[in-house]
Amino acid sequence: MFISNLEFTTGKKVTKHLGLVQGSSVRAKHAGRDIMASLKNLFGGELKGYTELLQESREEATQRMLAQARAVGANAVLNVRFSTSSIAAGAAEIYVYGTAVILDGQG
Amino acid sequence: MYELIITLVLITLGYFFGSRAEKKHYKSIIEREKILNSLPVMASRIPIVKGDYDQILVSGNVVIASDYFKGFVASLRNLFGGRLRTYETLLDRARREAILRMKEQAQELGADIIFNVKYETSNISGQVSSKMSVIEVHAYGTALKKA
Repeated sequence: MFISNLEFTTGKKVTKHLGLVQGSSVRAKHAGRDIMASLKNLFGGELKGYTELLQESREEATQRMLAQARAVGANAVLNVRFSTSSIAAGAAEIYVYGTAVILDGQG
Repeated sequence: MYELIITLVLITLGYFFGSRAEKKHYKSIIEREKILNSLPVMASRIPIVKGDYDQILVSGNVVIASDYFKGFVASLRNLFGGRLRTYETLLDRARREAILRMKEQAQELGADIIFNVKYETSNISGQVSSKMSVIEVHAYGTALKKA
């Protein structure tokens, strides 16, 4: 599956637009990580656990979006945007959306 | 009385460890930026290059926490208003780190240039007490690779 955050492609032509596809994922951090994070908060620095958590979460949201794109028969998703929101204490929502299209000469 | 002592100790610890971590981080950022200088990153939406290129979505993210000292300075600053230099450097580090990670990913894939870079900053403090900030910066863009 071809995925890009440009609005068009270089070279390949879009033969059909199939509309918006989206995927989201809400993840909470577990208590152990929260305790580590509050310790880390005293000294500053990167919270590797959270970085990985959000990365996985984003990956999952993207997979869901791609599954939706496949379901509508697309072979590419263009103009992809990510958004993150902290919806409750200790949980973050990752939302990803884009336009599903059919590209010429794309497997 | 004890509370005051604990707070003072936390501030001193935060100051020493925090500024040490910050210096170390800046050093590594500058080093890596020099290495990755050859890979240009553009914010423009439309690629200015011509020819046949493969497009790959690349991204980098980082979650960074402020230290106790930064939080304390910020709460003082809140009384009088003005620039929060301690937070400025925190966000600057986070953004540059996110871009570096994105560039590293692009370089591994053998890309030549990155277009349409978007930043996304969010506060994910959550359960951690309100004085602290945990910030996530996510940078993403489209890497172009000569087909």
